[in-house]
Amino acid sequence: MTGIIDYGVGNLFSLCCSFAFIGEEALVSGDRAELSRCDRILLPGVGAFADAAQKLRDSGLDDFVRETASRGKPLLGICLGMQLLFEKSYEFGEYEGLGLLRGNIVPIPDQDRTLKIPQIGWNALHFPKDKPKSPLFRDVNEGDCVYFVHSFYATDCDDSVSATTEYGIELTAAAEKGSVFGTQFHPEKSGKVGLSILRAFCALDLGGIL
Amino acid sequence: MITKRIIPCLDVRDGRVVKGTNFLDLRDVSSPVDLARYYSENGADELVFYDITASSDGRKLFTDILTETARTVFIPLTVGGGIGSVADFDRVLKCGADKVSVNSGAIRNPALIGEAAKRYGSQCVVLSVDVKRVDGTFHVFSKGGREDTGKDALEWIRFGLAEGAGELVINSIDTDGVKRGFDLEMLEAVCAISDVPVIASGGAGCAEDFITLFESIPGVDAGLAASIFHFGEVRIAELKALLAAHNIPMRM
Repeated sequence: MTGIIDYGVGNLFSLCCSFAFIGEEALVSGDRAELSRCDRILLPGVGAFADAAQKLRDSGLDDFVRETASRGKPLLGICLGMQLLFEKSYEFGEYEGLGLLRGNIVPIPDQDRTLKIPQIGWNALHFPKDKPKSPLFRDVNEGDCVYFVHSFYATDCDDSVSATTEYGIELTAAAEKGSVFGTQFHPEKSGKVGLSILRAFCALDLGGIL
Repeated sequence: MITKRIIPCLDVRDGRVVKGTNFLDLRDVSSPVDLARYYSENGADELVFYDITASSDGRKLFTDILTETARTVFIPLTVGGGIGSVADFDRVLKCGADKVSVNSGAIRNPALIGEAAKRYGSQCVVLSVDVKRVDGTFHVFSKGGREDTGKDALEWIRFGLAEGAGELVINSIDTDGVKRGFDLEMLEAVCAISDVPVIASGGAGCAEDFITLFESIPGVDAGLAASIFHFGEVRIAELKALLAAHNIPMRM
């Protein structure tokens, strides 16, 4: 059972549908006790960082997310949910994240003003050549496209980057450390490739990692 | 590199796709759910559902179809038609829409763009504009392209962008249905003032029209069409292979 954290941010309908479609049970809840019983946790999110971080704190679920990570239970942050896993965000100010992954969230640079911000659309994934491919991407090929909608991205996080995409510069598309995973893109909107990533998340066997 | 998107548009009335199709491999060609699934499996990068229902019964049917589609199709879904309030945004977003396109509703109530962008984020708000040349300038038309609002299209688009519209759909009434290609002059004028993705609509008659579109106007992010896809005149998978062969970045 996958626990999808409901802290009042974003629309969880598609996410729930995607789990149902791949035949995996999912529970949407803001209740710590209920979520604790799940085998793995998903942290969704869209919108502004400061607002989402505040809502997560107000709901008291920020500690729960940290606890999930410290216990080594698989945790996946999607889009803004991924950004929340990092130390700090510089989106319209300076805000604390959960600090589960090293790195900061900064605007996509557009010095020549030639890029459209936010990046909206399908972009290709590239995997770092100097490390083994993440188990999350076991069924994803170099160059497969996934769907992005974002204006900010994670930087200073080289050691945890598990996939990148090119948009003006090389951007962090996914990051991970131990049992903590994050995707900047939306697997639930990325067709077959995206569903394969959710399937791989549900099938994670972290015995070898932890 | 970000890819260019190919987007089929499904006009839905009373629960059925309005324009017929001739897909031999589809059992029920007028079922929006089946057609959406077919397109998704055959390379569509996104789908637009356009609600042209007038009755409230039909509207309920439309959201039911949307929900049903969202359960089996996992690419972005944009919904338009009959969006006149934030409550309408809410109604379709809860049923599985990722983005909502406003047209006449925003002309009647321009504050809607900003209100929706604040509540749901700009990425959710698509400003769809029906444009036609009147005495040498681009005018905004409303009510499905029947009524000249007298508004200058480029001014209206600038206003929409300032209010927070996250994408533009530009439908040229002059080229729509003519099947002689997209309205390059109009699209170029819009791309020159837009810092958000521009989706070209109206005029596609064959695959070559998409090559011309993306090659001549790099600012265009996506091409939208309805009948040429529904009638099987252009198959999306073949179209994308052709575009890729012309070095236009495509999701294959």
